Amino acid sequence: MLKVLNVSAHYGTVPVLRRVTLHVDPGERVCLLGANGAGKSTLLKVLSGMHRLSAGEIHFRGTPLQGRKPEEIVRMGLAQVPEARQLFPNLTVRENLELGGYIHGRRELRHTMDEMMTLFPILRDRQKQKAGTLSGGEQQMLSIARALMTRPKLLVLDEPSLGLAPLIVEEIYATLEALNRQGTTILLVEQNALGALDVCHRGYVMETGRIVLSGTARELAEHDEVQRAYLGRDYRHKWER
Amino acid sequence: MDSVLIQQLAQFVVSGITSGSVYALIALGFCLVQNATGIVNFAQGDFVMLGGLTAVSLFQDWGLPLPFAFVLAMAFTALVGLALEGGPLRHARNREVLVLVMITVGASISLRGAGMLAWGKNVHTLPAMGGDAPFIVLSAAVLPQTLWVIGISLAVLCLLFLFYRHTLVGKAMRAVADNPYGAALVGISVRRLVALAFALAGAVGALAGVLITPLTTMSYSTGLMLGLKGFAGAILGGYGSTLGAVVGGYLLGLLESLGAGFVSSAYKDAFAFLILLGILFVRPAGLFGSERVRRL
Repeated sequence: MLKVLNVSAHYGTVPVLRRVTLHVDPGERVCLLGANGAGKSTLLKVLSGMHRLSAGEIHFRGTPLQGRKPEEIVRMGLAQVPEARQLFPNLTVRENLELGGYIHGRRELRHTMDEMMTLFPILRDRQKQKAGTLSGGEQQMLSIARALMTRPKLLVLDEPSLGLAPLIVEEIYATLEALNRQGTTILLVEQNALGALDVCHRGYVMETGRIVLSGTARELAEHDEVQRAYLGRDYRHKWER
Repeated sequence: MDSVLIQQLAQFVVSGITSGSVYALIALGFCLVQNATGIVNFAQGDFVMLGGLTAVSLFQDWGLPLPFAFVLAMAFTALVGLALEGGPLRHARNREVLVLVMITVGASISLRGAGMLAWGKNVHTLPAMGGDAPFIVLSAAVLPQTLWVIGISLAVLCLLFLFYRHTLVGKAMRAVADNPYGAALVGISVRRLVALAFALAGAVGALAGVLITPLTTMSYSTGLMLGLKGFAGAILGGYGSTLGAVVGGYLLGLLESLGAGFVSSAYKDAFAFLILLGILFVRPAGLFGSERVRRL
C-alpha cells in the first residue's frame, strides 16, 4: 500500500530525515514510534505533500507520491489526522465534517456523514456547535471523522493520544481497530509506545531521523531498547531478572 | 428641535447610508482577500474605479444597455482580480506578507496609470437608474438611484452571506481563513480558493464603482480615496470580519455624512481617517474583530 524508500528531507540545510525506509501493507495496522524531534511529523508532512523530500521515493498503491500536491494525495486515498488536529475552530462540527468530504461533493457527503455520526455519536449531539468549543477528546474524534470523510484507503494519525485521558485514548484506539477490520489500513505515529504497540501488528522505531528498529509489535515490546526508552524500564530490569 | 434640523438630519442619514453601502461593498472586497490570503489588497479601490469606468465605456461608447454594461464591467474587473492573483502575486519569489502587500500597492498604481491612459483625466458619469426626479421620504429628498444603491448592495451582501454559509465552496473559503493547513490536508485546493477570492473581490469592487458613478462621478483617481474609505470601514468593523466590514462600512458612511453636515463639509474626507486613527489607537481589533494571529 505505502512504500517509503530511502527518503531524506531537510529544513533549510538541517537534515531531519535520513534515508528512511518503511512500508505498510494493505489491511495492516502499523505504528511508528519515536521521541520528540525524531522526525516523525516531518515524515508525515512529506507524505501529505506539505514538505519536500530531498532524496528517495514514496509509492502509494503503486504510483509515485513525491512532488504531488496535498489535494492530489488526498484524492489518491491517503488521509491524515494531523498533529494538533488542525480543525476549523470557527466552523461548526457539521461544517468541519462536510469539508472533510469536500473532494467528493455534496451528494456522496450526506451518506458518509451519517456513518461518521454513527461511529462517533457525540458528534451528532454536537453538530451545530463550533469545533473550537469541543473538549480535547471530542476534537480528536472530529479530526479522525473529518479525515475519514475523504474515504481514505490509508489513514495516517499523528499522536492521536496526545493530551487525552487514558479512557478516551482507549476508546480512540478501539475505534481504529474497528475501522481497520472494515478495511482501512492504518499508520499510527505515536510517542505512547505501550498503547500503540498494543493495537498495531507491526512497528518501526525512529531516532534522529533514522529508522533504528523494526519488527512485529510483540518483538518491539520485548526489545530492551524499546523498554528502556519508551516503556519506562531501565537496564536494571534486565540485570536483576 | 426645529423642523429644519430634523429635515437636515434625515437628509444626512440618507446620504450616509448611500455612501455607507458603497463603503460596505469595498470593505467586503478587502475582507474577501484578507480571509483567503492574509494580505491587504491595496488595489481594491482601483477595482472600484475600473468597474465604474468600464461600465461608462460599455454604455456610452459601445452602446450596450445599462444592466449589460454593469454585469460586463463586473466580469471584466473580476478577470483583472484573477490576473493580479495569478500573475504577480502567485509568482512572487518572496512569499512574505509585506512583499505581497507591496505588490498590490504596485498593482494599484499601475491600474491608476492605465485608467488615466484609457479614460483620460476627465470625470465620467452614468445616467442614474430610475431618473433624476427625487421623491420625499421623511422630509428628505431621495433619488431613485439611492434606493438602487442601497437595495443592490444589500442584496449582494445577502447573497455573499448565503454563499459563505450554505455552499460547500463558501464553507471551504471560511475553512481556508480559519486554518489553511487543515484545509489543504482535507484536499481543499487553497490556490483555487485564493483565485476565487480575488475574482469575487474584483466583482464586488466593480459593483461598488458602478453604483457610485451616477451619484458622485468617477475618474481614474477616484478609486484611491474610495479604497481608503473602504479600508477604514473594514478596520472599523474589525479587519477580516465579514459582518464587521458591512457594519463598519455603513457606520463610516453615516459618521462621515453627519460630520460633514453638522461640522463642516470641508472636512468630509478627514472624518474617515480620524475614525481610522481613533480605532487603531483605541481598539485595533475593531468592533467585531477577534485578535486572531494566524497566516499562511
